[in-house]
Amino acid sequence: MTNFMSQWVYTPVVKDHFMNPRNTWKEGEDFQADGVGDVGSLACGDQMQIMIQVKDDKIADLRWLTYGCASAIASTSMMSEMAIGLTLKEAYNLTPAMITDALGGLPEHKFHCSVLGDKALRAAIDDYLEKQGRDNPFKKHVAKVICECKSVTDVQIEDLVKSGQAKTLDQLQEITEYGTVCGKCKEAVSDLFDEFKHIYNV
Amino acid sequence: MEQHIIYLDNNATTPMHEDVIEAVHEAHILYGNASSMHGLGRASAQAIEQSRQAIASLIDCSAKEVVFTSGASEANNTVFSIIREQIDLGSKRNRIITTTIEHPSIIETVKYLKSRGYKIDECPVDSTGRVDLATFKRLLGEDVALVSVMTGNNEIGTIQPIEEITELSHAVGALVHTDATQAIGKIEVSMRKMGVDYLSLSGHKFYGPKGIGVLAVKTKAPFTPLVHGGHQEGGRRAGTYNTASIVGIGVAAKLAKADLQAEHDRLWSLREMLRKGIEERIPNVVVNGNQQHCLPGTLDVSFPHAEGESILLYLDMEGIMVSTGSACASGSLEPSYVLLASGVDIELAHGSIRFSFGRYNTADDVAYVLEKLPPIIKRLREMSTR
Repeated sequence: MTNFMSQWVYTPVVKDHFMNPRNTWKEGEDFQADGVGDVGSLACGDQMQIMIQVKDDKIADLRWLTYGCASAIASTSMMSEMAIGLTLKEAYNLTPAMITDALGGLPEHKFHCSVLGDKALRAAIDDYLEKQGRDNPFKKHVAKVICECKSVTDVQIEDLVKSGQAKTLDQLQEITEYGTVCGKCKEAVSDLFDEFKHIYNV
Repeated sequence: MEQHIIYLDNNATTPMHEDVIEAVHEAHILYGNASSMHGLGRASAQAIEQSRQAIASLIDCSAKEVVFTSGASEANNTVFSIIREQIDLGSKRNRIITTTIEHPSIIETVKYLKSRGYKIDECPVDSTGRVDLATFKRLLGEDVALVSVMTGNNEIGTIQPIEEITELSHAVGALVHTDATQAIGKIEVSMRKMGVDYLSLSGHKFYGPKGIGVLAVKTKAPFTPLVHGGHQEGGRRAGTYNTASIVGIGVAAKLAKADLQAEHDRLWSLREMLRKGIEERIPNVVVNGNQQHCLPGTLDVSFPHAEGESILLYLDMEGIMVSTGSACASGSLEPSYVLLASGVDIELAHGSIRFSFGRYNTADDVAYVLEKLPPIIKRLREMSTR
């Protein structure tokens, strides 16, 4: 008989983190969080909560809860291992690609499941800084140009989606004129658009 | 490494019955083209006609009404293509009615035809997945060319009142098609009793081979081939006869007919054993579908606060094979359209698991699932956001 587990769609690292998730919050555990980040929604099929403890501007400890698929669980678990010990700045700059790489890759259509972890971590850091009454020096992260012809960045798209100014791709195109010249970016913009709609539940 | 396998995904596909495997294997020596006049050709043709008889006997129609296809998807597409041609030729009947919970081979065909300007209404279903007959009656009219409603649903198992639907449709002169793919071998499917003009089925859902199916067409119903290019199947479907698979589906049809009632009762008792066991052992579960009008082997359950793909993969680790309506398992962000169309809450759709029983499942399988499933749900719920 075949050993089906040898043909898993996920890497052994993903499987390990899915089966043995690290740093989950356990019912009854007294974890005094300095910052909490919530992203996603049950309706979208994945939702995450990250709780962090901060000491000397470093992530001293972290707990999480996730409703989601194997990719979402494994990504959050991996993110939690990577984030503990990082400075706030380093933690803020954790990207989905870094998490996915550490997992040995995810199937292409599963990539979006890995983006909630770093968003939730950032939300927790934002929450921490806000509670401390401190300025947030990280918020303007380096934008990546998605539409080269019209210089539209991921940050722009994120802001427009998050604020509700771009409710449809057509509206996004009206505002930014993305994809109106060579059209090469259309798929990437559409993916990002869906992604941000999902993340911000709009 | 050896692994214990509990296959509970029989609505996705079934293993071939050993008699079918043997028959298909033996039929491979019938290499003569069934269209050839010589002895080898005639031997193949004879085997094919026996199969046609077996199918006709299973679904209670005449053998000449049976057209072999590559599967139910082709059969469904053929029906819509026939009606499309009728409309293109200027028929006054230029509207199609179907439902919101049909198989993708109909849902996607409908989307495609709509994008080309054809008029199609998708009748809603109630919270158990049954066609809302009041709305259906309102949708019916003298301009309707075709009504297409599946016999039993693949995800939630809900059985439709096809006889009533046919009666209402025929009263206004519309043709009726039913995709009976999931119902074959599980409940009685009689073309005559249902009164339908077209019926689709697929071999691999009842222990036959993959890649072979049937479109049964009433003698007087309009027909245009989807695949042109030969006189096979009475000019209704071109392409060299797939002799071995046709033989296989014929054997499967005989087996299905032989113990239909016993198999129905056995599947239902396993399904009910699992349903009761889950409800007793796991708090806060929702059973989807219709509990009176349900295919006997289908159990669809939602587990709030546990996501479907995660449940599926944890079960997979234990050797239990099921399917889910979760978006994450489909590669899109949308969960099962069947559950959503039945008014199931979107969160519940993400956490839905379909257990589908078949001929080879036993009460031991149910006991094994009832041992493994509760701790999996508990674990995922503990890990989940509240």
